[in-house]
Amino acid sequence: MAMFGDFSSKGGFIANLPKIYGIYTGGFIVFIFLMAILEQMGLSADTIGLLFVGFTIVIYAVIGWLSRTMQLDAYYVAGRQVPPVFNGMATAADWMSGASFVAMAGGIYVGGHPYLAFVVGWTGGYVLVATLMAPYLRKFGCYTVPDFIGTRYGGNFARLCAVIVLVVASFTYVTAQINATGTIASRALLIPFEVGVWVGLAGILLCSMLGGMRAVTWTQVAQYIVLIIAYLVPVIWMSNKQGFGVIPQLVYGDAVQRIAELEQLHQVGVLKPAEAVAGMSALVVKHNAPADTFVANWRFVTLVACMMLGTASLPHILMRYFTTPSVRAARSSVAWSLFFIFLLYFTAPALATFTKLQILDPNLATSVIGKSIADVNALTWVQKWSAVGFLKVMDANGDGIVQINEFFIRADVVVLATPEIAGLPYVISGLVAAGGMAAAMSTADGLLLAIANALSHDLYYKMIDPKADTKRRLIVARVLLIAIGAAGALVASLRLTGILGAVAWAFCFAMSGLFFPLVLGVWWKRANRAGAIAGMIVGLGAGTWYLYAVKWGGMKPWWGMDDLRFGMVGAAASLVAMVVVSLLTPAPDKETQDMVDEIRIPKGETYLGSTH
Amino acid sequence: MSTAVSDREVHWQRTRNLMIVHLVIWFIFAYVVHWFAQDLNKITFLDFPLGFYMAAQGSLIVFVVQLFFFSKQQEKIDRECGMAEDE
Repeated sequence: MAMFGDFSSKGGFIANLPKIYGIYTGGFIVFIFLMAILEQMGLSADTIGLLFVGFTIVIYAVIGWLSRTMQLDAYYVAGRQVPPVFNGMATAADWMSGASFVAMAGGIYVGGHPYLAFVVGWTGGYVLVATLMAPYLRKFGCYTVPDFIGTRYGGNFARLCAVIVLVVASFTYVTAQINATGTIASRALLIPFEVGVWVGLAGILLCSMLGGMRAVTWTQVAQYIVLIIAYLVPVIWMSNKQGFGVIPQLVYGDAVQRIAELEQLHQVGVLKPAEAVAGMSALVVKHNAPADTFVANWRFVTLVACMMLGTASLPHILMRYFTTPSVRAARSSVAWSLFFIFLLYFTAPALATFTKLQILDPNLATSVIGKSIADVNALTWVQKWSAVGFLKVMDANGDGIVQINEFFIRADVVVLATPEIAGLPYVISGLVAAGGMAAAMSTADGLLLAIANALSHDLYYKMIDPKADTKRRLIVARVLLIAIGAAGALVASLRLTGILGAVAWAFCFAMSGLFFPLVLGVWWKRANRAGAIAGMIVGLGAGTWYLYAVKWGGMKPWWGMDDLRFGMVGAAASLVAMVVVSLLTPAPDKETQDMVDEIRIPKGETYLGSTH
Repeated sequence: MSTAVSDREVHWQRTRNLMIVHLVIWFIFAYVVHWFAQDLNKITFLDFPLGFYMAAQGSLIVFVVQLFFFSKQQEKIDRECGMAEDE
């Protein structure tokens, strides 16, 4: 661990990154084997889960402590010295939330093809980030996203609007993440959910409070390594067991086709559940049944569009590209980010497919459908997950056999339960819990920092007290971080939001208010202050109105666009308002136009200079 | 000074064209192929129904590869127009 302490000599630390994280990864793998051995020696499942989650949180906290800083540049943008590949890993961890890790494969398991819109949308958004935004924002040299809006368009009001959109979108998102850390912490550490939320928050704050962006960067890299190992190992293990080889992602086509046969056999889509079970689903949608109507196709592409435009507007992602050493590095870092994200996202459909096969295929020992109800109820994992209300088996027609419409599971727990369904040792379940914790913590960290930085830099320093010295600014930033974290935990402990609903809403809020003001700020010189303000207010307003009207107001959705897709309405309104108002008001002055010219070329110093 | 201005214009022209090319590719793989998923499913690719494959994997691979290309191409434009950063 001594090497982690060497953050002061920058050159040495950066040059040694591959070695440091190599040793870290090796150490983690040794830890997994150690746990496996202890399991064989009779260590209880509960203790293994506790050790996995506890040990990894301690490691992140140590990295956070070693990365502490009192320098503005290090606190806000990690000193702008993060190499593209490592920034890619950090972005991937920042990006992949509890929802990606825990809920995505389960969503595909239950929802089939339409749910793959999330997989496409949450990857393709990076094409927009790379081509339209990241390199230009890096050249601009801002500390926060509202910093760009405030300087490009001028005036505190534009800055304030951007801060408001950022807070609305990020806060919606962060409560879902703290909720996820609370869920996992409560189960792994054997404490009540309401306590788990605060324990999770304490872990999150330990990673970010002392070192800001620098600490978050190096813990996110560590968290990426844990979460990707935790995601890949069970899938590869299961695939090996079923004879699909060690690169399951490439060869599970057979499994998809086999499932189609089994769906015939088990009458998926024909047999409907006799009664609905709250929060849980039986399989009624075929695994591979794409849209066959205009509205269904439209629903698929609008969900893809919302997730993509949201990706390119979420400040906690954009600010990761402020930390690279150059514009060129920012660009290649986006490509690396997507590569690291891709590793998980192209595995999720494979995981969903293998899990479904385990449950449906009567030739496999693990199968459930078509077995006698007594046998199924005797399975340990069925008992365990039924006991906590995440799974339900009922014999609705009383024939003593479990049919497809009699097996209910909560989509959120498919990933967590998969190792047990497949009969893997408990050490794998502990690993998956640690991975889910890493995914939720890393995203929560990025979000909390995005909110606290916007409030401390844009609201406090730029608008309230421009004379504040460095020490004061950094203290304010930390106080805000704790306050916002506490507010997030409070909301999460009230259990107001489900994991995925809140995540999709965050994307829609962000794209409604920020997408066009950001893109047009770079790509359309004529865009001016009045236009940007109109774009942000009208976009956020229209989006929020549509969300309210569809979700609670009883309005019929337009062309099937439900509350997960309200960003379509918000962003369209934002674009129209911004263009019309810009054209009706005078063009920006020469100085602003020259600024846009300057950020369009990589050459030269950042527009805002090194400290501001 | 006039050459500097025109260099900038050429650079921005090429940058913009590159952006458009990549967004066209992006549009096709983000939306168009999935609109026709049902038809594509009649084709088998690597034992997968193609419509499923594109949403679960194909489009994702295109996006990743495309971004590495984009990064290289934009660097070349910056260099040739004299707009690259100093090392």
